[in-house]
Amino acid sequence: MALLEIKNLHVEIDGKEILKGLDLTVNAGEVHAIMGPNGSGKSTLAYVLAGKDGYEPTSGEVCFDGKNLFEMKPDERAAAGLFLAFQYPLEIPGVATMTFLRTALNAQRKKRGEAELSTPQFLKTVRDTAAKLSIDQEMLRRAVNVGFSGGEKKRNEVLQMALLEPRLAILDETDSGLDIDALKIAADGVNRLHGPNRSFIVITHYQRLLNYIVPDVVHVLSAGRIVKTGGKELAHELEARGYVEYQEEVLA
Amino acid sequence: MNAEVTAIKTAAETALAQAFSQARSRLPGKGAIVAQRDAAFDVFAKSGLPHRRVEEWKYTDLRALMRDAKPLASPPDAAAKARAKTAGALVGELEARRLVFVDGSFVAELSDTAKLESGLTVGSLADALAESDPALATHLGKLAPGSDVAVALNTALMGDGAVIRIAAGSTIERPLHLVFVTSEKPTASFVRSLVVVEPGARVMLIESHEGPSGSDYQVNAALELFVGDRAHVDHVKIITEGADALHVSTLAAAIGAKARFNAFTFTAGGAVVRNQLFLRFDGEDTVAGIRGATLIKGNQHADTTLVVNHAARGCQSREMFKAVLDDEAHSVFQGRIIVRQAAQKTDAKMMTKALLLSERAEADSKPELEIFADDVQCGHGSTAGALDDELKFYLMARGIPAAEAEALLIQAFLGEAIEGIEHAGLREILMESVAAWLKARGSA
Repeated sequence: MALLEIKNLHVEIDGKEILKGLDLTVNAGEVHAIMGPNGSGKSTLAYVLAGKDGYEPTSGEVCFDGKNLFEMKPDERAAAGLFLAFQYPLEIPGVATMTFLRTALNAQRKKRGEAELSTPQFLKTVRDTAAKLSIDQEMLRRAVNVGFSGGEKKRNEVLQMALLEPRLAILDETDSGLDIDALKIAADGVNRLHGPNRSFIVITHYQRLLNYIVPDVVHVLSAGRIVKTGGKELAHELEARGYVEYQEEVLA
Repeated sequence: MNAEVTAIKTAAETALAQAFSQARSRLPGKGAIVAQRDAAFDVFAKSGLPHRRVEEWKYTDLRALMRDAKPLASPPDAAAKARAKTAGALVGELEARRLVFVDGSFVAELSDTAKLESGLTVGSLADALAESDPALATHLGKLAPGSDVAVALNTALMGDGAVIRIAAGSTIERPLHLVFVTSEKPTASFVRSLVVVEPGARVMLIESHEGPSGSDYQVNAALELFVGDRAHVDHVKIITEGADALHVSTLAAAIGAKARFNAFTFTAGGAVVRNQLFLRFDGEDTVAGIRGATLIKGNQHADTTLVVNHAARGCQSREMFKAVLDDEAHSVFQGRIIVRQAAQKTDAKMMTKALLLSERAEADSKPELEIFADDVQCGHGSTAGALDDELKFYLMARGIPAAEAEALLIQAFLGEAIEGIEHAGLREILMESVAAWLKARGSA
């Protein structure tokens, strides 16, 4: 059974249709890349899946692990194993990073009927995971993302993902604003998590990230629909030729 | 047309006048004190209760809010004392020296006045008044503005309170906790305290006010605080009055040179609360933090009125007041910083923020700067708004349920003010109170 199945998804924002009948199936363990020009609906798809207010579907279905995703609140989706790495992670002044991580982890565990992690267990897990992502302890002592550089914020997203161990992670332009070293660190973090029970949707404008996170399937999203699907070589074609032909296809 | 319109007296005003004329002869104090009471009562008699056309009371129309005046509280009986035993429990974990006042009267057997640290003197105002303590002539009424009607009524009707002196250079390790508790009956109490911290002394003063819900009692409390040069004083006021109480309290302080002064007010209880702070920097190079956190819901009304008077050179003050409002609650912040001509190199920053959890809640804010010196750094800011939906979504997207996400954000919001409290134990206690308030809100 597919982990995620999107059928004929239509989404309007402020009365304007952004997704116009999107279909996508992601099986367990697969890495899908979604590429497309600006304004094609990539981030909208990410927000709809995560359950952001104002991003409700007008028609279509999304099944996540056999359940109707639209009947679940954002926190329930997270506890069911869906994770969105934000394109622009938010700063939360006054909320300590450790408190945030711990509250999130324990809320998910509670919802799944699992015991809360003990303090030493939690601290060890965070420290080990952070070290692998070159996140120093000092950063963990600050408020969530406050005073973090762009790269640090993205690594913090990967840290959250590693701790929360989702079944499906959606990376929304995780490469944007990252230099090549930061990109490698983030990609390594993702690759370490990749396994037969964990799937990824990698949303990106550029092919560059896909050199490090190698996709099984590449989709081209244009004007609210998937207009082409192929293997990883499709990403290279797009890099060479751009999105022009797909945009024309839609216009035609 | 400039005929004075004499407003018809309200029931409360009439009752206050009656209470004063009946109590005048038996209130403690003789001679100069009686004259002081009479003069103060005249201030009230002339103006009546303050109303919305009196600028300082614009948002807290006491004339309308105070429907009647309760009878003056009598000294507590054994049952009232017994009930008061658990008072001040909020800060119970904190090892403090408790001075307990029940219905406005000092209760020695509930208080801890044994083995006073060297340099610490404590007594009751009723005793000081009865004995014509010379400290009263030099200090009582010197700081609290006599023109303020709430203060005037307090001076006219003051029955008891704490009189505390910290001798020069003494460090009092144990915080002093003034516990003001109303037992049950809908009475009015007027407590007045005097605290003199001599040069170089160090003390932390906690003042808590509480009482039962279901009783529409009235409390008018005033504290005059003298902070000597190089002294270090922390004052924390916790207002958790019963749900139907009317509470007006005043902190008036004069702060000497090179001192450190922190004031914090935590307001969570009471139907109507007016918290007044009149602070004056009299000496150079003092550093002060003046903060507050208010959490109100239902029909609660909480007003913080602050006047910070920079009268000496080179002082730094940071003012931060935060309010969280739910339901139809109404918060008021009036903050005025005055920088006198002599107060060059003043550095003052005032911030007030209100977080509205309901569309029916109302937050009024009136920050003012009055600057007569030319070489100063002064600023103020004021915001009011709802919880940030983007932040809430971010937390929820990590698996945190909506109520918990809101609680985290509200705690963070108030935390910015509470962090300013130097005492770590008290910081934690107040953060726990915030958490408890949020939990009660979530389950309501």
